[in-house]
Amino acid sequence: MSLSSLTKPWAATSYGFLDASAKRELRRKMLKAIAVPGCQMPYASREVPMARGWGTGGLQVTLTLVNPASTVKVIDQGADDGVNAASIRRFISRVSGASETWDTLGASIIQSRHRVPEETLREDQILVLQVPNPEPLRGVEPNMSIARQMHADADYGRLWLTLYEQLVRKGRIMQGAAYPSLVNGRHVMTPSPIPRWDVPKLNMAKHLTFLSAGREKRLHAVPPYTKVEPLVFSDRPYRVEDHQQLVCRRSGIAGYFMNEIPQDDGSSSFEVSDSNLGIKAIRRAEGETVDIGQTWYRGGEFSA
Amino acid sequence: MSIDMSVSPAPLLPPQLMQTEALLTMRGLSRSYGAVRALRNVDVTVYPGEVMGVVGESGSGKSTLLRMMNLEDTPDRGDYRLRLPDRDDCNLFDLGRYQRRMLCAHHIGIVYQNPHLGLLMRHSSSGNVAERLLIAGERSFDVLRSKARDALDASEFPLARMDARPAELSGGMQQRVQLAKAIALEPALLLLDEPTTGLDVSVQALVLDTLKRLQRDRHITMVLVSHDLGVIRTMADRVLVMRHGEVVEQGLADQVFQDPQHPYTQQLVHAKL
Repeated sequence: MSLSSLTKPWAATSYGFLDASAKRELRRKMLKAIAVPGCQMPYASREVPMARGWGTGGLQVTLTLVNPASTVKVIDQGADDGVNAASIRRFISRVSGASETWDTLGASIIQSRHRVPEETLREDQILVLQVPNPEPLRGVEPNMSIARQMHADADYGRLWLTLYEQLVRKGRIMQGAAYPSLVNGRHVMTPSPIPRWDVPKLNMAKHLTFLSAGREKRLHAVPPYTKVEPLVFSDRPYRVEDHQQLVCRRSGIAGYFMNEIPQDDGSSSFEVSDSNLGIKAIRRAEGETVDIGQTWYRGGEFSA
Repeated sequence: MSIDMSVSPAPLLPPQLMQTEALLTMRGLSRSYGAVRALRNVDVTVYPGEVMGVVGESGSGKSTLLRMMNLEDTPDRGDYRLRLPDRDDCNLFDLGRYQRRMLCAHHIGIVYQNPHLGLLMRHSSSGNVAERLLIAGERSFDVLRSKARDALDASEFPLARMDARPAELSGGMQQRVQLAKAIALEPALLLLDEPTTGLDVSVQALVLDTLKRLQRDRHITMVLVSHDLGVIRTMADRVLVMRHGEVVEQGLADQVFQDPQHPYTQQLVHAKL
């Protein structure tokens, strides 16, 4: 008995893997999430051929959005060539007939784990972020019913208090990723574990962003041209990571979010986290004609 | 000894309050928990700047009454009004949850008998005070620090320990942090639920001194619930005696303690003496 005889042939599965009722439910929840920016919508997270916690939330949203005309890009911590990213991209393409790409500019749907691409996204693009924990209040209120009530009352005092405590104890805000942010002046969301560097990219962005957590069975959205404001005290400005001066050791570009590569001698070198941007820069340096889009950060400063 | 429950003399006021409009008015408050009637048709009036003491045995409805004043619970029937400069006169029990929360954050402070109910033990003492300011909308870190420091100082809390966690503090210090949190926004009404119970006598005296000084300097209106008649006698201008969910007697503190009318009050005062 072989494995192929035990598995269902691809032709027997629904288009886009999920059945029609699952996609209908997700579409309804996605529309609701767009209607109430930043508000978490519960949904019946389905089984997909991937373990929970590996991007099943993002995958379900992508499978609901995808069609044969779509071009899908999947990144994992900024890289297109990670095993998880490559597997998800191939799977989406296989069950939907959508094209695959590494190029941010050519993608219509970008599914991402923990990064927003450096190139500015357009109105016709959708960013789907995989979210491990969609609840910003989890750290201050473990009871989900009470947390829901706190969202309803916009009761974010204790969230602010954790930031106050970090300033008191450490002299600076220690929240490195998943920085709590106020969406449309109403709901506080956790923008998935994207670095602080990426949070300003969501503010008044042209593209639509979905943030979906398959294990937690909830999704929320940031519609185009919506305010996303990180929670900061009026006299302690929001600070992104100090990557402005770092130079990518492979592509030579600077002023973007970098991955730190520890060296044997104890020092560190850096590579640009958005691997597609790095590859484009290398190819351009080699004399190829490569289209690099406008980036959110220019010279290390946010300028969108 | 049989107790006649029918006696309920008319409330008396100190002369300076005779012409004053009440700050807090509760009328016809009733609340049952299953078969237990915690409050039965209770009427309470509190005037600006006074300390109203509420006494009674355990289970008499004192804490239920205080929870109602803090809008933590809703009665089966009854009316609750607070005369505040920026608010329309309305029954506060008709407000939604959000409005209640904001009203309490701005205008009502509370000190619980158990500090765990009023404090976040994992956060700093100054953070506990700052939380109240954050709920009220303050977003400047420097202002939060300075207001928290002022409130803790007013509560006679040692400022060198303002960033210590309440879990690391003594019971008396925890009560001072609660007090600082309660007065941080200069509330119109300060509710004190057995604030000195469980403290030794010397610490009790210090906490009461702080409360008296706050009342004298800031003219904060207080409702003090206690079953310790000594505490009530020290602090209160007027006293309300409760039994089985009913108000059996109320009047000026001196009068109630020196010439109690209701047999239960007589029993209470003599038991104390």
